[in-house]
Amino acid sequence: MSALVATFRRDLALMWGGGGGALAPLGFFLGATMLVPLAMGPERNLLAAAGPPLVWIAAALAVLATLERLFQADLEDGSLDHMLLSPEPLELIVLAKGAALWVAVGLPLALASAPAAIALQAPPELVPAIVLSLLLGMAAFIGIGLVGAAVTAGVKRGGVLIALIVLPFFAPPIIFGSAVAGGEHVGAALSVLAGFALAALALGPIAAAAALRLQAE
Amino acid sequence: MSASGPFQDKPKIRADALSVARGGRVLFESLSFAAEPGAYIEIRGGNGAGKTTLLRTLAGYLKPRGGQIVFENAEEPSLALHFVGHQNGLKPTLSVASHLRYWAGLFGGAINAGVAAEKLGLSALLERAARTLSQGQARRLSLSRLVLAPRPIWLLDEPAAALDANGKAMLATIIDAHRAEGGLVLAAVHEPLGPTPSQTLTVGV
Repeated sequence: MSALVATFRRDLALMWGGGGGALAPLGFFLGATMLVPLAMGPERNLLAAAGPPLVWIAAALAVLATLERLFQADLEDGSLDHMLLSPEPLELIVLAKGAALWVAVGLPLALASAPAAIALQAPPELVPAIVLSLLLGMAAFIGIGLVGAAVTAGVKRGGVLIALIVLPFFAPPIIFGSAVAGGEHVGAALSVLAGFALAALALGPIAAAAALRLQAE
Repeated sequence: MSASGPFQDKPKIRADALSVARGGRVLFESLSFAAEPGAYIEIRGGNGAGKTTLLRTLAGYLKPRGGQIVFENAEEPSLALHFVGHQNGLKPTLSVASHLRYWAGLFGGAINAGVAAEKLGLSALLERAARTLSQGQARRLSLSRLVLAPRPIWLLDEPAAALDANGKAMLATIIDAHRAEGGLVLAAVHEPLGPTPSQTLTVGV
């Protein structure tokens, strides 16, 4: 078993086993999107016009909550020291941790966006595109989030700091994701999202690994 | 100790006029030593003298302030060494067996999880979650990395902390076996670990 598979499996077990760390963002996402129709009142047209893009806001905030402990725990308990002695480069180990986060949190959240979008009066024919856009969007959020999590790994209660660092970079995926949810230029917006996700996954681990090497000092 | 064994390129470490600083304060200067295959070097010094900093510098986590560290016969030093620090690197919810599996994958190379568990007295604890281990048992699990994925250089920071007499004996046994195979061990200690050191380094003033 290679170092990357081992890292992926361990992080998945940590997120889904025991503490239930992966269920909290899912619960937050569903709770937040289910409250919107209640808050906006019974006006169906208003909800249909303004509602669907809100899945993107809820998804961005839900994934943000998972980032704080992503590397902080490894720094505190000494696991980061071990990762630096692996034959695999730290960049790829970081990517494996991001992949585990995508499977444990991003994937369920994107699937949960189907009922959430319907509750927000999205046209049913648009729902598959919204799910697909969130699958890509979660990859982009996680690629960016890796950097924020690595930079703040040594900061106690760094959650607010992470939000300040990564939220500006969340803007492009949210802009194009909301376009998909609103039914405008769906194909083009999905292409841009895919490009953004690839860029974030390529560059994020490099920046995150550089930050983590400094944290190990 | 004989220098024959399975570590084919038998790395050596040489430090020349090493000086390290932590938080802007110089801990020690012009420390020089050479570690040959089969060596066991005890690093001594008071609290805050720089024992941990020296080991972390040798491991490559910290950059020395001055001087240099030379690894001979080790192309990539980070793949030739194990570092056992104060933190055990355990995840409370995961079992002993899953830690062994993870490290086996992470460090690569020849893997003997069963042997590692047996040599450190963990065989009966394999299904236990790490949070239910005692301090001494957690330390043994951390030390099992040394046996799990054989690497020639061991950097140990107070490895006997929290170990009972039985655990200390196991540690002494694996250190002796490692030296016999041509490995080298540097350990920061307050009390002797048992094996006769080939050299004692004192850091600090």
